[in-house]
Amino acid sequence: MLAVGLPHFLVVGALLFAFGAYCVTTRKNAVGILMGVELILNAANVNFVAFGHYAWGGIHGQAFALFVIVLAAAEAAVGLAIILTLYHHFKSIDVTRAERLRD
Amino acid sequence: MRPAQVHDRRRRGAMPRWASVALMLLAALALAALMLYRMLAGSAPPEGIPEATRNGLVFQVGHVFALGQLSDFLWYALAALTVGSAAGVAFSRNIIYSAFSLLGTFLGVAAMYVYLAAPFLAITQVLIYIGGVLVLILFAVMLTSHIRDVKISNASLGVGPGVVGLAACAVLLGYVGASTPWEALGKPQMMDQAQALGDGFLSTYLLPFEIASVVLLATLIGAVVIARRDDPATGKEG
Repeated sequence: MLAVGLPHFLVVGALLFAFGAYCVTTRKNAVGILMGVELILNAANVNFVAFGHYAWGGIHGQAFALFVIVLAAAEAAVGLAIILTLYHHFKSIDVTRAERLRD
Repeated sequence: MRPAQVHDRRRRGAMPRWASVALMLLAALALAALMLYRMLAGSAPPEGIPEATRNGLVFQVGHVFALGQLSDFLWYALAALTVGSAAGVAFSRNIIYSAFSLLGTFLGVAAMYVYLAAPFLAITQVLIYIGGVLVLILFAVMLTSHIRDVKISNASLGVGPGVVGLAACAVLLGYVGASTPWEALGKPQMMDQAQALGDGFLSTYLLPFEIASVVLLATLIGAVVIARRDDPATGKEG
Protein backbone atom coordinates (compact mmCIF):
# COMPACT_ATOMS: atom_id res chain seq x y z
CA MET A 1 0.00 0.00 0.00
CA LEU A 2 2.71 2.41 0.95
CA ALA A 3 5.00 1.40 -1.88
CA VAL A 4 4.91 4.21 -4.41
CA GLY A 5 2.57 3.56 -7.30
CA LEU A 6 0.23 5.29 -9.68
CA PRO A 7 -2.22 6.62 -7.02
CA HIS A 8 0.60 8.41 -5.19
CA PHE A 9 1.49 10.43 -8.27
CA LEU A 10 -2.18 11.13 -8.93
CA VAL A 11 -2.57 12.51 -5.39
CA VAL A 12 0.46 14.77 -5.85
CA GLY A 13 -1.02 15.95 -9.14
CA ALA A 14 -4.38 16.60 -7.48
CA LEU A 15 -2.78 18.67 -4.71
CA LEU A 16 -0.71 20.68 -7.20
CA PHE A 17 -3.85 21.35 -9.23
CA ALA A 18 -5.80 22.41 -6.13
CA PHE A 19 -3.11 24.87 -5.06
CA GLY A 20 -2.84 26.19 -8.60
CA ALA A 21 -6.60 26.69 -8.85
CA TYR A 22 -6.55 28.48 -5.48
CA CYS A 23 -3.78 30.76 -6.78
CA VAL A 24 -5.64 31.56 -9.99
CA THR A 25 -8.93 32.29 -8.25
CA THR A 26 -7.73 34.37 -5.31
CA ARG A 27 -4.66 36.30 -6.42
CA LYS A 28 -4.92 39.97 -7.25
CA ASN A 29 -1.40 40.10 -8.64
CA ALA A 30 -1.23 39.12 -12.31
CA VAL A 31 2.14 37.41 -11.83
CA GLY A 32 0.61 35.37 -8.98
CA ILE A 33 -2.15 34.21 -11.33
CA LEU A 34 0.47 33.19 -13.87
CA MET A 35 2.24 31.15 -11.18
CA GLY A 36 -1.04 29.37 -10.46
CA VAL A 37 -1.38 28.49 -14.14
CA GLU A 38 2.13 27.04 -14.10
CA LEU A 39 1.19 24.90 -11.08
CA ILE A 40 -1.89 23.58 -12.89
CA LEU A 41 0.14 22.73 -16.01
CA ASN A 42 2.70 20.90 -13.87
CA ALA A 43 -0.09 18.91 -12.22
CA ALA A 44 -1.39 17.88 -15.63
CA ASN A 45 2.12 16.90 -16.67
CA VAL A 46 2.63 14.70 -13.62
CA ASN A 47 -0.60 12.91 -14.43
CA PHE A 48 0.32 12.46 -18.10
CA VAL A 49 3.70 10.95 -17.30
CA ALA A 50 2.36 8.82 -14.44
CA PHE A 51 -0.36 7.31 -16.61
CA GLY A 52 2.12 6.87 -19.43
CA HIS A 53 4.50 5.02 -17.14
CA TYR A 54 2.10 2.85 -15.20
CA ALA A 55 -0.95 2.34 -17.39
CA TRP A 56 -0.26 2.96 -21.07
CA GLY A 57 3.41 2.29 -21.70
CA GLY A 58 5.58 3.74 -24.43
CA ILE A 59 6.52 7.37 -24.83
CA HIS A 60 3.06 8.80 -25.42
CA GLY A 61 2.61 10.30 -21.96
CA GLN A 62 6.03 11.87 -22.10
CA ALA A 63 5.44 13.25 -25.60
CA PHE A 64 2.25 14.95 -24.41
CA ALA A 65 4.09 16.32 -21.39
CA LEU A 66 6.79 17.76 -23.66
CA PHE A 67 4.17 19.54 -25.76
CA VAL A 68 2.62 20.89 -22.59
CA ILE A 69 6.02 22.20 -21.49
CA VAL A 70 6.51 23.92 -24.86
CA LEU A 71 3.09 25.55 -24.68
CA ALA A 72 3.68 26.56 -21.05
CA ALA A 73 6.86 28.35 -22.07
CA ALA A 74 4.98 30.13 -24.86
CA GLU A 75 2.17 31.02 -22.46
CA ALA A 76 4.63 32.42 -19.93
CA ALA A 77 6.34 34.60 -22.56
CA VAL A 78 3.08 36.05 -23.90
CA GLY A 79 1.58 36.36 -20.42
CA LEU A 80 4.54 38.31 -19.12
CA ALA A 81 4.53 40.58 -22.16
CA ILE A 82 0.85 41.30 -21.44
CA ILE A 83 1.66 41.93 -17.77
CA LEU A 84 4.40 44.41 -18.71
CA THR A 85 1.96 46.24 -20.99
CA LEU A 86 -0.62 46.21 -18.20
CA TYR A 87 1.92 47.73 -15.84
CA HIS A 88 2.80 50.33 -18.42
CA HIS A 89 -0.82 51.38 -18.80
CA PHE A 90 -2.08 51.19 -15.24
CA LYS A 91 1.17 51.56 -13.22
CA SER A 92 0.10 48.44 -11.34
CA ILE A 93 -0.38 44.74 -12.04
CA ASP A 94 -3.33 44.43 -9.68
CA VAL A 95 -5.91 42.80 -11.95
CA THR A 96 -8.79 44.30 -9.95
CA ARG A 97 -7.57 47.74 -10.96
CA ALA A 98 -7.31 47.04 -14.67
CA GLU A 99 -10.85 47.81 -15.68
CA ARG A 100 -10.74 49.23 -19.17
CA LEU A 101 -9.64 47.57 -22.36
CA ARG A 102 -9.24 50.55 -24.68
CA ASP A 103 -6.50 53.14 -24.49
CA MET B 1 10.97 44.25 13.56
CA ARG B 2 9.52 47.71 13.96
CA PRO B 3 6.15 48.04 15.70
CA ALA B 4 4.73 49.73 12.64
CA GLN B 5 5.41 46.63 10.59
CA VAL B 6 3.71 44.38 13.13
CA HIS B 7 0.69 46.63 13.08
CA ASP B 8 0.74 46.64 9.30
CA ARG B 9 0.76 42.86 9.14
CA ARG B 10 -2.13 42.53 11.60
CA ARG B 11 -4.18 45.06 9.71
CA ARG B 12 -4.00 43.25 6.43
CA GLY B 13 -6.23 40.53 7.77
CA ALA B 14 -5.39 37.91 5.15
CA MET B 15 -4.09 34.48 6.07
CA PRO B 16 -1.33 34.98 8.66
CA ARG B 17 2.14 33.68 8.06
CA TRP B 18 1.97 31.17 10.92
CA ALA B 19 -0.76 29.35 9.02
CA SER B 20 1.45 28.57 6.06
CA VAL B 21 4.30 27.60 8.38
CA ALA B 22 1.92 25.34 10.30
CA LEU B 23 0.76 23.77 7.05
CA MET B 24 4.31 22.90 6.07
CA LEU B 25 5.08 21.61 9.57
CA LEU B 26 1.99 19.42 9.38
CA ALA B 27 3.15 17.97 6.07
CA ALA B 28 6.61 17.27 7.52
CA LEU B 29 5.05 15.66 10.61
CA ALA B 30 2.81 13.43 8.51
CA LEU B 31 5.83 12.43 6.48
CA ALA B 32 7.84 11.59 9.60
CA ALA B 33 4.97 9.51 11.02
CA LEU B 34 4.67 7.68 7.73
CA MET B 35 8.38 6.88 7.67
CA LEU B 36 8.29 5.71 11.30
CA TYR B 37 5.33 3.45 10.61
CA ARG B 38 7.08 2.13 7.58
CA MET B 39 10.21 1.36 9.57
CA LEU B 40 8.34 -0.34 12.41
CA ALA B 41 5.92 -2.32 10.28
CA GLY B 42 8.31 -3.14 7.47
CA SER B 43 7.39 -5.94 5.12
CA ALA B 44 8.19 -9.63 5.14
CA PRO B 45 11.88 -10.34 4.53
CA PRO B 46 12.50 -11.75 1.07
CA GLU B 47 12.53 -15.51 0.58
CA GLY B 48 15.50 -17.60 -0.27
CA ILE B 49 17.78 -16.26 2.44
CA PRO B 50 19.05 -18.54 5.23
CA GLU B 51 17.19 -18.30 8.54
CA ALA B 52 20.27 -17.35 10.52
CA THR B 53 21.05 -14.47 8.21
CA ARG B 54 17.45 -13.26 8.22
CA ASN B 55 17.42 -13.03 12.00
CA GLY B 56 20.73 -11.18 12.21
CA LEU B 57 20.64 -7.55 13.28
CA VAL B 58 22.63 -6.30 10.32
CA PHE B 59 20.24 -7.94 7.90
CA GLN B 60 17.21 -6.65 9.76
CA VAL B 61 18.45 -3.07 9.71
CA GLY B 62 19.61 -3.49 6.16
CA HIS B 63 16.21 -4.85 5.25
CA VAL B 64 14.37 -1.95 6.85
CA PHE B 65 16.51 0.42 4.84
CA ALA B 66 16.45 -1.74 1.76
CA LEU B 67 17.06 0.13 -1.43
CA GLY B 68 13.47 -0.03 -2.62
CA GLN B 69 12.13 1.30 0.64
CA LEU B 70 14.77 3.97 0.81
CA SER B 71 13.68 5.19 -2.60
CA ASP B 72 10.10 5.22 -1.30
CA PHE B 73 11.13 7.35 1.70
CA LEU B 74 12.89 9.67 -0.67
CA TRP B 75 9.77 9.83 -2.81
CA TYR B 76 7.66 10.88 0.17
CA ALA B 77 10.22 13.56 1.06
CA LEU B 78 10.21 14.86 -2.53
CA ALA B 79 6.42 14.78 -2.66
CA ALA B 80 6.36 16.80 0.57
CA LEU B 81 8.79 19.29 -1.01
CA THR B 82 6.63 19.57 -4.12
CA VAL B 83 3.31 19.98 -2.32
CA GLY B 84 4.75 22.16 0.46
CA SER B 85 6.31 24.51 -2.08
CA ALA B 86 3.04 24.63 -3.97
CA ALA B 87 1.37 25.64 -0.69
CA GLY B 88 4.03 28.32 -0.34
CA VAL B 89 3.22 29.61 -3.82
CA ALA B 90 -0.47 29.70 -2.97
CA PHE B 91 -0.28 31.23 0.51
CA SER B 92 2.80 33.44 0.61
CA ARG B 93 1.99 37.11 0.82
CA ASN B 94 5.27 38.22 -0.73
CA ILE B 95 5.40 37.66 -4.48
CA ILE B 96 9.16 37.00 -4.36
CA TYR B 97 8.67 34.23 -1.77
CA SER B 98 6.01 32.80 -4.07
CA ALA B 99 8.43 32.83 -6.99
CA PHE B 100 11.12 31.03 -5.01
CA SER B 101 8.59 28.50 -3.71
CA LEU B 102 7.78 27.84 -7.34
CA LEU B 103 11.44 26.81 -7.72
CA GLY B 104 10.88 24.06 -5.12
CA THR B 105 7.75 22.87 -6.91
CA PHE B 106 9.49 22.69 -10.28
CA LEU B 107 12.43 20.79 -8.77
CA GLY B 108 10.07 18.39 -7.01
CA VAL B 109 8.14 17.74 -10.22
CA ALA B 110 11.44 17.08 -12.01
CA ALA B 111 12.20 14.51 -9.30
CA MET B 112 8.75 12.96 -9.88
CA TYR B 113 9.71 12.56 -13.55
CA VAL B 114 12.90 10.77 -12.53
CA TYR B 115 10.80 8.41 -10.42
CA LEU B 116 8.55 7.83 -13.42
CA ALA B 117 11.56 6.73 -15.50
CA ALA B 118 11.48 9.89 -17.63
CA PRO B 119 14.98 11.39 -17.23
CA PHE B 120 14.78 13.35 -20.49
CA LEU B 121 11.62 15.05 -19.29
CA ALA B 122 13.23 15.80 -15.93
CA ILE B 123 16.13 17.57 -17.60
CA THR B 124 13.73 19.44 -19.89
CA GLN B 125 11.74 20.50 -16.83
CA VAL B 126 14.85 21.92 -15.17
CA LEU B 127 16.04 23.64 -18.34
CA ILE B 128 12.75 25.17 -19.46
CA TYR B 129 10.79 25.72 -16.27
CA ILE B 130 13.58 26.72 -13.92
CA GLY B 131 15.95 28.18 -16.49
CA GLY B 132 13.28 29.86 -18.57
CA VAL B 133 9.84 30.31 -17.06
CA LEU B 134 10.97 31.01 -13.51
CA VAL B 135 13.56 33.54 -14.66
CA LEU B 136 10.90 35.23 -16.81
CA ILE B 137 8.56 35.37 -13.80
CA LEU B 138 11.29 36.85 -11.61
CA PHE B 139 11.98 39.41 -14.34
CA ALA B 140 8.32 40.37 -14.37
CA VAL B 141 8.27 40.64 -10.57
CA MET B 142 11.34 42.85 -10.50
CA LEU B 143 10.16 45.02 -13.38
CA THR B 144 6.67 45.63 -12.05
CA SER B 145 7.03 45.99 -8.26
CA HIS B 146 8.12 48.98 -6.30
CA ILE B 147 10.66 47.93 -3.72
CA ARG B 148 8.72 49.54 -0.93
CA ASP B 149 5.50 47.60 -1.46
CA VAL B 150 7.06 44.24 -2.12
CA LYS B 151 6.00 43.02 1.31
CA ILE B 152 2.32 43.21 0.46
CA SER B 153 2.82 42.51 -3.22
CA ASN B 154 0.74 39.37 -3.35
CA ALA B 155 -2.61 40.30 -1.87
CA SER B 156 -5.47 37.86 -2.15
CA LEU B 157 -9.17 38.21 -2.64
CA GLY B 158 -11.87 35.94 -1.24
CA VAL B 159 -9.53 33.77 0.81
CA GLY B 160 -12.33 31.98 2.70
CA PRO B 161 -14.21 30.59 -0.32
CA GLY B 162 -10.84 29.97 -1.95
CA VAL B 163 -9.67 27.73 0.90
CA VAL B 164 -12.99 25.86 0.87
CA GLY B 165 -12.66 25.32 -2.89
CA LEU B 166 -9.03 24.27 -2.46
CA ALA B 167 -9.94 21.68 0.19
CA ALA B 168 -12.89 20.35 -1.80
CA CYS B 169 -10.85 20.12 -5.00
CA ALA B 170 -7.91 18.41 -3.29
CA VAL B 171 -10.08 15.91 -1.41
CA LEU B 172 -12.25 15.05 -4.42
CA LEU B 173 -9.43 14.69 -6.95
CA GLY B 174 -7.16 12.92 -4.46
CA TYR B 175 -9.94 10.48 -3.54
CA VAL B 176 -10.72 9.73 -7.17
CA GLY B 177 -7.04 9.24 -7.96
CA ALA B 178 -6.37 7.03 -4.96
CA SER B 179 -9.51 4.90 -4.92
CA THR B 180 -10.11 4.13 -8.58
CA PRO B 181 -8.79 0.67 -9.50
CA TRP B 182 -6.74 1.82 -12.46
CA GLU B 183 -6.04 -0.77 -15.08
CA ALA B 184 -2.29 -1.02 -14.86
CA LEU B 185 0.36 -2.66 -16.96
CA GLY B 186 1.86 -5.69 -15.27
CA LYS B 187 5.27 -4.15 -15.04
CA PRO B 188 6.21 -0.53 -15.78
CA GLN B 189 8.34 -0.30 -18.87
CA MET B 190 11.90 0.94 -18.92
CA MET B 191 13.43 1.93 -22.22
CA ASP B 192 15.88 4.18 -23.98
CA GLN B 193 14.01 7.42 -23.45
CA ALA B 194 15.82 9.97 -25.57
CA GLN B 195 16.02 7.76 -28.64
CA ALA B 196 12.39 6.67 -28.39
CA LEU B 197 11.26 10.27 -27.97
CA GLY B 198 13.36 11.43 -30.90
CA ASP B 199 11.94 8.68 -33.11
CA GLY B 200 8.44 9.53 -31.94
CA PHE B 201 8.80 13.22 -32.65
CA LEU B 202 9.99 12.56 -36.18
CA SER B 203 7.36 9.92 -36.97
CA THR B 204 4.18 9.65 -34.89
CA TYR B 205 4.24 13.19 -33.58
CA LEU B 206 5.71 14.93 -36.63
CA LEU B 207 2.69 17.18 -37.30
CA PRO B 208 2.25 18.33 -33.66
CA PHE B 209 6.01 18.88 -33.51
CA GLU B 210 5.96 21.18 -36.55
CA ILE B 211 2.88 22.99 -35.24
CA ALA B 212 4.62 23.49 -31.92
CA SER B 213 7.57 25.11 -33.65
CA VAL B 214 5.24 27.46 -35.55
CA VAL B 215 3.50 28.28 -32.26
CA LEU B 216 6.85 29.11 -30.69
CA LEU B 217 7.74 31.42 -33.59
CA ALA B 218 4.36 33.15 -33.36
CA THR B 219 4.82 33.50 -29.60
CA LEU B 220 8.24 35.05 -30.03
CA ILE B 221 6.94 37.64 -32.47
CA GLY B 222 3.75 38.20 -30.53
CA ALA B 223 5.52 38.77 -27.24
CA VAL B 224 7.82 41.35 -28.82
CA VAL B 225 4.90 43.13 -30.49
CA ILE B 226 2.85 43.19 -27.29
CA ALA B 227 5.66 44.32 -25.01
CA ARG B 228 7.19 47.05 -27.17
CA ARG B 229 6.39 50.54 -26.11
CA ASP B 230 6.24 52.33 -29.44
CA ASP B 231 2.83 52.40 -31.00
CA PRO B 232 3.48 51.34 -34.62
CA ALA B 233 0.32 53.08 -35.88
CA THR B 234 1.14 56.56 -34.66
CA GLY B 235 4.87 56.18 -34.28
CA LYS B 236 4.89 57.87 -30.91
CA GLU B 237 5.65 56.36 -27.55
CA GLY B 238 2.46 54.76 -26.24
